Amino acid sequence: MEEFNNLMHGFSVALTLHNLGFMVLGITLGILIGVLPGLGGANGIAILLPLTFSMDQTSAIIMLSCIYWGALFGGAITSILFNIPGEPWSVATTFDGYPMAQQGRAGAALTAAFTSSFVGAFFAVLLITFLAPLVARFALRFGAAEMFAVQMLTFCSFVGMSKEPPAKTLAVMTLGFALAAVGMDTVTGTLRMTFGYTELLKGFDFLIAVIGLFGIGEILLTMEEGLAFKGKSAKIQFNVVLQTWKELLRYWRTSLRSVLVGCWMGVTPGGATPASFMAYGLARRGAKDKDSFGKGNIEGVVAPETAAHAAGTSALLPMLTLGIPGSPTAAVLLGGLLIWGLQPGPLLFAEKPDFVWGLIASMYLGNIVGLIVVLTTVPWWAAILRIPFSVIGPVIIVICAIGAYTVHNSLFDVVMMLVFGVFGYLFKKLRYPLAPLVLALVLGDMAESSFRQSMLLSQGSLDIFWANPLVAGLMSLSFLMLLWPVIPALKHYLRSR
Amino acid sequence: MNKFGKWAGRAIVTAAATFGLAGIAQAWEPTKPVEFVVPAGTGGGADQMARFIQGIVAKNKLMAQPLVVVNKSGGAGAEGFLEVKGAKGDPHKIIITLSNLFTTPLATGVPFNWRDLTPGAMLALDQFVLWVNADSPYMTAKEYIDDIKAKPASTFKMAGTGSKQEDQIITAMIDKATGKKMIYVPFKGGGDVAVQLVGGHVNSTVNNPIEAEAHWRGGKLRPLCIMDNERLSYTEKVTATQSWADIPTCQSAGVPIEYLMLRGIFLAPGVTQDQVDFYVDLFKKVRETPEWADFMKKGAFKQTFMSGKEFADWVSKTESMHYGLMKEAGFLAK
Repeated sequence: MEEFNNLMHGFSVALTLHNLGFMVLGITLGILIGVLPGLGGANGIAILLPLTFSMDQTSAIIMLSCIYWGALFGGAITSILFNIPGEPWSVATTFDGYPMAQQGRAGAALTAAFTSSFVGAFFAVLLITFLAPLVARFALRFGAAEMFAVQMLTFCSFVGMSKEPPAKTLAVMTLGFALAAVGMDTVTGTLRMTFGYTELLKGFDFLIAVIGLFGIGEILLTMEEGLAFKGKSAKIQFNVVLQTWKELLRYWRTSLRSVLVGCWMGVTPGGATPASFMAYGLARRGAKDKDSFGKGNIEGVVAPETAAHAAGTSALLPMLTLGIPGSPTAAVLLGGLLIWGLQPGPLLFAEKPDFVWGLIASMYLGNIVGLIVVLTTVPWWAAILRIPFSVIGPVIIVICAIGAYTVHNSLFDVVMMLVFGVFGYLFKKLRYPLAPLVLALVLGDMAESSFRQSMLLSQGSLDIFWANPLVAGLMSLSFLMLLWPVIPALKHYLRSR
Repeated sequence: MNKFGKWAGRAIVTAAATFGLAGIAQAWEPTKPVEFVVPAGTGGGADQMARFIQGIVAKNKLMAQPLVVVNKSGGAGAEGFLEVKGAKGDPHKIIITLSNLFTTPLATGVPFNWRDLTPGAMLALDQFVLWVNADSPYMTAKEYIDDIKAKPASTFKMAGTGSKQEDQIITAMIDKATGKKMIYVPFKGGGDVAVQLVGGHVNSTVNNPIEAEAHWRGGKLRPLCIMDNERLSYTEKVTATQSWADIPTCQSAGVPIEYLMLRGIFLAPGVTQDQVDFYVDLFKKVRETPEWADFMKKGAFKQTFMSGKEFADWVSKTESMHYGLMKEAGFLAK
């Protein structure tokens, strides 16, 4: 009950008119940041961080965390409307969100995304409130081998999700791994595949690839199809929110599963991106009509959004209690905490209860305020699709270019974005799936490092992946996931003998 | 460097020259926002310091134009260094350095050297401490080192930040002192490294004080010795019984290792003395603020300040030291 009293005290700190004002301001700024691809939460918070130094600590952190929530909500908007994911964890949202928008159901897709984000984040905050000390200790058990097992599990639960032939999926995934390997190799400290070009030092940023492959690729396709934008039927309907909510209640099982996946991936330092892919893969597996996924199934929006936000929120837990930021945005927030003289770590909860519980209370309130703000704007966002393509097309290209430029402030990246755009177009024409490439590009680097760190620790023995119940359990689960699709066939074969 | 950048660079040089002639009596001041390049990722030691300085400058209004922190971490920081190297004559771009100023070109062969930049000032020196898990039986550095010597090679595991950078160089120095090789496991950031040790996945780390302070205070880690020729001067208690000043030097524990990391500021090549003076003066003002004093205490930094020739000489000396250490450890690019 002590937590409950602390939380109530936190609410009394956060619930002043002054702080509520900062919440709305933060959410609005955050949505704007989220809508511009490439700008992202981390850059946005970094730019706005100095503004908060003149504010008192609690108001400052409330505003910054609200920018964070706003950016999370905003990321879904461009994914659904234009097929341009603003953040790595929004990629899985495009799979079904964009087809829905094309079918004129942009309002429903946005409502589903926002509501699911809220649900995911809300349960994760509950977890932070009541289980913080317990859960923090669990995160410490994750060494290199356990990390690799989590990444392996992500790959395995996602395999087979594409409808394209396995050979094509494999080819595209391999290309993704190759792109992920360009640049600095953390384990040996040498440069790989840069061929002496200094522009390649930093490797291929995920965001630039995604903006090009999805955003520019899509524009090229639309141009080929005669500049017709398919979302025209989107009407401004204010009851779309209520209708969608009614529909969403049917998917409580998917939501619950995604919350669990998300919280678990956030606390173990897996992160939001693996969580969203894993939840999408699981939702598709659990569904009766597997074929409708990728063609505008609302469950395909609910699952990744819920999981990503549950993970993104619970990732703050390791940051507060252990000082390890779970995401770039969390890292910048961590920098902010240090400037205010707050040292995240095991003692933060004991030393600065006012601040910590104020922050947690503001997570509850910020999410509620955020949901209200975004839901009231759903019809307007959906109406963007009614603007003729000849107007909106160039605007999207400009936004994409700005987004690609802001990632590293480099013009080379804008050129790379266009190159990726052409590839995206060709891949779509030749029916190669893009999702495995993106997954490999995002996680390939991390998975490789974890694997090689494990090999260093065990001096080359694979036994390290079966060394304790935790890692062995994760690895077994991965293989089970990998073989799941062939199990019925196997059973059938055995029975017929 | 792209065409637009070159054009902008030239335009700025021209503009600077024009303004320089016009306002010869007045000292130089930035005329547009100053880009503060961090050749490392967000959340690390250099990034924290840069963002902290950005905060101090904004809060105390030390500069009319804003200071904007930009992370350019690609290729172990080479991306950031090459950018500043390419911004010849641009006084609105400064860079904070860490040891990768030396280690990155030596280990990767990327074409740059600190002499390509204009030395500004040394802000502080960062210490390295040998840490073990608080549950481990080692109470002193000597006990730990003796155990390493007694057991076969590759028994002990050391986690560190990056590869062929400061942490691995120090590990190579310890290997040399004990005669037994440790397994070095590179991770991306100092925070991750400290958590690996708290979780008991490795035996020791050489984290900077600020990276491990919270875990020490929380009773999870134990400092064994500090890699300097003297103890730290901060006597305020961090844990119930110990302060930074209570950590003995590694030298006194029989491990003759000294290693300090530069936290300094460099400018683009070809800037004028006026412009260098402006920044040296700015950082002097930053160092006088009470916030800076707190930051130094929290991270147990060594508060040495240098500028001008003294600083350049120090950097030159430190570079040859790195060359020697890295050559011996076989870390040089082929």
